[in-house]
Amino acid sequence: MTMTEKALEGTGRFLDDRLHGARGVRVFLRKVFPDHWSFLLGEIALYSFVILLLTGTFLTLFFQPSMTDVVYHGSYTPLDGVHMSEAYASTLNISFDVRGGLLMRQIHHWAAILFVAAILCHMLRIFFTGAFRKPRELNWLIGIVLFTLAFTEGLFGYSLPDDLLSGTGLRILEGVILSIPIVGTYLTFFLFGGQFPGHDIIPRLYIIHVLLIPGLLLALISAHLFLMFHQKHTQMPGKGRTDTNVVGQQMYPYFMAKTGAWFFFIFGVTTLLSTFAQINPVWIYGPYNPSGISAGSQPDFYLGFLEGALRMWPSWRWNMLGHSWAFNVFVPAFVPLGLILTALAIWPFAEAWITRDHREHHVLDRPRNAPTRTALGMAGVTFYGILWLEGANDIVSRFLDISLYVTTEIARYAIFIGPVVAYWLTKRICLGLQRKDNHLLEHGVETGIIRQLPSGEYIEVTRPVSEETRAVLEARRGLPQIEAVGDDEVPARSARGGLGRLRVSLNRALTEGIPLPHGNGHGNGHGNGQAGEPAPVSAPGARPDALEQGDGDGDGAGA
Amino acid sequence: MSETQPGHGLPAEGDGGRSRAPHRVIGTPPPAQARTLLGEGPGSAEPEAPRELPAGPDNPAKARTAERVIAACFIASMLASVGFVAAYVGLEVHSLDATLRSNLALGLSMSVAFMAMGAGATIWVRTIMPNVEQVEERHPLAATGEERQAFAKTFKEGAEASGFLQRPLLRRTLIAASVPLAAAPLVVLRDLGPLPGTSLRHTVWRKGLRMVVYGPNTPLRAADFSIPGQMITVVPEGYAENQDVLAKATTIIIKFAPGQLVPNTPGRRGTVMNWTVDNIVAYSKICTHVGCPVALYEETTHHILCPCHQSTFDATNGAQVIFGPAPRPLPQLPIGTDSQGYLIATSDYHVPVGPTFWELGADGFRGGNE
Repeated sequence: MTMTEKALEGTGRFLDDRLHGARGVRVFLRKVFPDHWSFLLGEIALYSFVILLLTGTFLTLFFQPSMTDVVYHGSYTPLDGVHMSEAYASTLNISFDVRGGLLMRQIHHWAAILFVAAILCHMLRIFFTGAFRKPRELNWLIGIVLFTLAFTEGLFGYSLPDDLLSGTGLRILEGVILSIPIVGTYLTFFLFGGQFPGHDIIPRLYIIHVLLIPGLLLALISAHLFLMFHQKHTQMPGKGRTDTNVVGQQMYPYFMAKTGAWFFFIFGVTTLLSTFAQINPVWIYGPYNPSGISAGSQPDFYLGFLEGALRMWPSWRWNMLGHSWAFNVFVPAFVPLGLILTALAIWPFAEAWITRDHREHHVLDRPRNAPTRTALGMAGVTFYGILWLEGANDIVSRFLDISLYVTTEIARYAIFIGPVVAYWLTKRICLGLQRKDNHLLEHGVETGIIRQLPSGEYIEVTRPVSEETRAVLEARRGLPQIEAVGDDEVPARSARGGLGRLRVSLNRALTEGIPLPHGNGHGNGHGNGQAGEPAPVSAPGARPDALEQGDGDGDGAGA
Repeated sequence: MSETQPGHGLPAEGDGGRSRAPHRVIGTPPPAQARTLLGEGPGSAEPEAPRELPAGPDNPAKARTAERVIAACFIASMLASVGFVAAYVGLEVHSLDATLRSNLALGLSMSVAFMAMGAGATIWVRTIMPNVEQVEERHPLAATGEERQAFAKTFKEGAEASGFLQRPLLRRTLIAASVPLAAAPLVVLRDLGPLPGTSLRHTVWRKGLRMVVYGPNTPLRAADFSIPGQMITVVPEGYAENQDVLAKATTIIIKFAPGQLVPNTPGRRGTVMNWTVDNIVAYSKICTHVGCPVALYEETTHHILCPCHQSTFDATNGAQVIFGPAPRPLPQLPIGTDSQGYLIATSDYHVPVGPTFWELGADGFRGGNE
């Protein structure tokens, strides 16, 4: 036994004697993690959060969250002698008088952008692959809260330097809170400690930004990871992958090494961006002043959709009994956000209700295999995307050289038309991809070889798809259909009444898809046991392509 | 095993459990001394279970080359970290150029340090570690019926033992006490700020207060405007550094050629001509949408544009809204000149400035010019 082994065993025994760790830790070390590139998105979010904690801690050592008026005499000479808040002055100080301060500030800002962007992409992955289904609804809800907290944290964070751009953001926040019926004015006075801007908002946002929200984020991220760990990760469909197993590589040493490398890459990329791509140069914007503003003021990307909603909405308001309903602000500031978050939160439960599917799901759907869900998701993405683009309509207008007002008019129509078009288009694409999968299953892969038969007939030689591919292609169970009418021609209990009929029609829409070809076209007993019986044809005309060649073609050619 | 033979005392540690194993027939109990402390007696005494992971790489030749590449990555990372420290010590900041150099050196070395670590670890996983795919069973997450019943029983017994169910008086008073206890902390948030009162309805402008140009803080004579055109931002004299005042009182003035201003008439809203001086008109600079300063002015069209959300106001006819989300015109400030010819306000704004708030009411939308 070598020294190292002895030392390891000694330590292990010490810990196990006190913690009874050997068994639990072994389970932990042998935990299997499935692999897929899209599973890395959540890790990007996690690691950018770690980077935010590290760089944020550094920044708190130098930042002064104070709105006390000071006259600047630091290293940035263009602002020498200018009145500014201590917060802004200390931000300049971090940028120009603390070694590595500028780098840390920029990494912090880039990591914040990456954090929210990764959360968005991660959420899309979860949605489009159906990973939110039972038993993961709770983790989905935690994720939605995390997303909301993340962009709130971002808004408060970039407000702290008290530069002209961030102050303008706070001014807009004031206008938005003022628009809340009945309590808006009071909320504003309580948040700002009086009239805007006052002297309290920066210190208050600071403590929320560095303690309250990060604490909540940390707690919820821990819960998120614990649930993921406890329920075991989902896996993409493939050979040998079922709802009762996990196929992948184990935690130790594979996952640990891979995820460690991934952390270093993410930290490396944010550092690289911060070295070469300037972000939030507050010294150019100047200190906040309510009289000043610069053209082309843009929030960070994750608030762009709210900004776009504010820009797009018409100037509706309503005066009643001496009070003003500021629909022109209140509706765009809260309704699109509320719509998106509510739709996301109820979707797992809505889908389970429509499909009456209460089984556990651990094998993910390929997005094409749930065409209606994917189409709804793309409609949502389009809705968000149009709001987001409208949030930068001044930039768009300049870039495309069209009138500013035209961009807004277009957006006002596109917000209704765009999602419908996206829905229809996505659904067609998904169904087309399903037909393509059917074609591959039935006819195999084209080899590019044309053979002349003795009879003079030319045939195209194909070879059957590999077993791995076949397993992926056949993993199309579709969503469960509910039977509107039982064998006795009496409506099923769940299909009775208005709600029942609604459920049946929603179910018809949601389960639309192309059935798998009967058998696998080659009579060789392939299949991974998931395909089951092909679902009945539900969409008009959604019939598998007629076989143009005999079933034997593929096999004969491959032999 | 140790449970069924509790009387054997402590086994000897490290003593030949393993060395003895080959001589033992599989399935027979091991000698008591061979049992280890961890209580996994049979497992450790029997021949080692087959390996789950191979000890070596899939391709030893490739792994040998890769080992050198990985080591090179780690050395590069090490050098970069040392370089980071050197850059920190060697490069000062305190000026734009110096900061630029420092940021470049620190950022580059830090990036290389991280990326090289990541690259080394990735190559390690892909070449040295054998590529093994494992299958782990999943078990249904739901507990068995028995477990659920046992849980329900425990829960019910606990509730009964506590008396919570049988003693409604206790239950109700506890709930009654919890509500105010939870609500009480909200009260202490009251002192976060003063009550609004009518403060949003007023600015510091008053009769006789001079307007000074924002920035240089110099007063303006009506006669200083020789030609119509530009929009000038003015603030009340003596408040140039007071942000709370500026947030509401900042004003823009524009000089027009005679006849360009559209007067307010009973049938149509326009500029209140009594509130102008020599075709100079003053409007609030605070947008009536969400309060951004309306800073852009197009001379040819007389449009005032807010850069935040693009509300557009027509400066000639009382700043009526012609596009965008703003719900009402920019309030017009009554102005005049003092004895020395300097521009002054002749009163406060007649309607509140800035975004709509609950208490604004219909008066705010009249523009105050009737």
